[in-house]
Amino acid sequence: MPFIPHTPDQVAAMLAVIGVEDIDDLFDEIPADLRAGELKGIPAALPEMEVGRLMAARARADGQPLCFIGAGAYDHHIPAVVWQLVARGELYSAYTPYQAEASQGTLQILYEFQSMMTALTALDVSNASLYDGASALAEAILMAVRANRHGKARRVLVPRGLHPRYRAVARAIVRQQDIELVEVPFDPAGGHLTREALAPFATEPFAALVIPQPNFFGVLEEVDLLTDWAQAQGALVIGVVNPIALALLSPPGEWGQKGADIACGEAQPLGMPLASGGPYAGFLCCKEALMRQLPGRIAGRTLDLEGKPGFTLTLQAREQHIRRSRATSNICTNQGLLVTAATIHLALLGAEGLERVAAACHANTRRLSTSLCATPGVEPIFDRPCFHEQALRLPAPAADVLRSLAAHNILGGYDLGTDYPELGPAILVCATEMRAEEDIATYATKLARVIATRTQARCPVEPKF
Amino acid sequence: MSQVPSELRYTKDHEWTRDNGDGTLTIGITDHAQEALGDLVFVEVPEQGREVAAGEACAVVESVKAASDIFSPLAGTVAEVNGALADAPERINEDPYGEGWIFKLSPSEGSAFARLMDADAYARCLDDE
Repeated sequence: MPFIPHTPDQVAAMLAVIGVEDIDDLFDEIPADLRAGELKGIPAALPEMEVGRLMAARARADGQPLCFIGAGAYDHHIPAVVWQLVARGELYSAYTPYQAEASQGTLQILYEFQSMMTALTALDVSNASLYDGASALAEAILMAVRANRHGKARRVLVPRGLHPRYRAVARAIVRQQDIELVEVPFDPAGGHLTREALAPFATEPFAALVIPQPNFFGVLEEVDLLTDWAQAQGALVIGVVNPIALALLSPPGEWGQKGADIACGEAQPLGMPLASGGPYAGFLCCKEALMRQLPGRIAGRTLDLEGKPGFTLTLQAREQHIRRSRATSNICTNQGLLVTAATIHLALLGAEGLERVAAACHANTRRLSTSLCATPGVEPIFDRPCFHEQALRLPAPAADVLRSLAAHNILGGYDLGTDYPELGPAILVCATEMRAEEDIATYATKLARVIATRTQARCPVEPKF
Repeated sequence: MSQVPSELRYTKDHEWTRDNGDGTLTIGITDHAQEALGDLVFVEVPEQGREVAAGEACAVVESVKAASDIFSPLAGTVAEVNGALADAPERINEDPYGEGWIFKLSPSEGSAFARLMDADAYARCLDDE
């Protein structure tokens, strides 16, 4: 579907019809000091050959380190066919298809994506994706507060064990709407959320409890118990889940007696390369009762005038172009291209393939943890079961250890010190299905050497004469 | 020409109000409003027991082409809601002044009803549109 920009003649003709001389006159209302003006710092255009040289040099600077960092973005195998298909002309647009008559393929892919996400989460409805996992959580929180019409509570309980960036993004998005995110501490021994820790925060009404599964430390939460507890207080439950983990763990729709009300998360593990942090895609699913609170695009299956099945955007009255300022959200698009990749990726893997990926990640991370903890002073911080990440305590400053490992071409983990100073020298490690046994052995050997140089006493310096 | 029953009171936003004589008022949207919206596909009724201010948005009607807020004509407490609309929003199209009622209100001020627009005034409003 070509998107052809207007020619200067067409622009002039349109301006003449409305009696305006210059396009800029249409933006008069915006004060001059709020306009971006000319963009500074953009260098002169380069010829293709020069761009090729520059990009090759930058790629070399990145190197090809062995990656043991997860912390929200994961290095999974992506079958070559995924992006081969995504790059086909019929699919290669990130944009939402308004014209159902010209976009059946794209709409069907969105519909299939939604079907897959509802199957993974065991919930009733999914949207066609959001920007990323963190903004999906913010939208889930806004949904929960809107749905809490009777109680009118504007507090949401958010565990400290939830991804620090998710907490920061959610806070930035919801704070202008007068919603309070209350941080609940994690259990120092287990790294998980307990009812005892929650109880003091439940003396005032709250609209929802956020439950990450697994949490940022890779630790599995007691989702059934927490879900029942929150719902007994009249609050909704928002699950923040890893889609790969859902192949093994119980889905949010089956948590506790009644199931979580909303589930969201990051779709990056489903066929999206790390790509320096994005673009990724967020997913958001909910129970049918909350369907009209769900923001974003929803593709639906319907029948055309001849009774043949077809696909179209549906429930659009929730959205900005219909409901204006009272829309459920200002989210007016979806990550179409990345969702296409996720849908193809999931279709290739199937339920069994996804389960095998999840099991391999879990097994590799256990192997990694055991190998690394053979070094004296390196030990798991928490005693609860993990999915595919684990927090480890180090006997030396984490930043120094990670810097030394990077010099050996190993990205040894995520330094937990900035976000969780209370943990002391600590890193978060991850081994997906991509890390072979010899990769793990290499890391363990290098770590032992790096730790030894930083902890063992140097050779006696006093010479004996 | 749409129907404007003479025993009802109206608002500029096309809500009608009926005095039930038992201290409650019934509220819905007018024949003109339902016709302008087209086929309704969803109605979100207010929570029973909710306190609403005059002019506060407290319900939503959604048609295939638009969604509109319903404003409470008067201040009061929501006494009853028409739960049947959840499964049959088309009742508003079919019978806007009867089966298509949206909610009942216990007004906080008994005399406020009399200050709402009467049928003649509302009919003139429609003529102006």
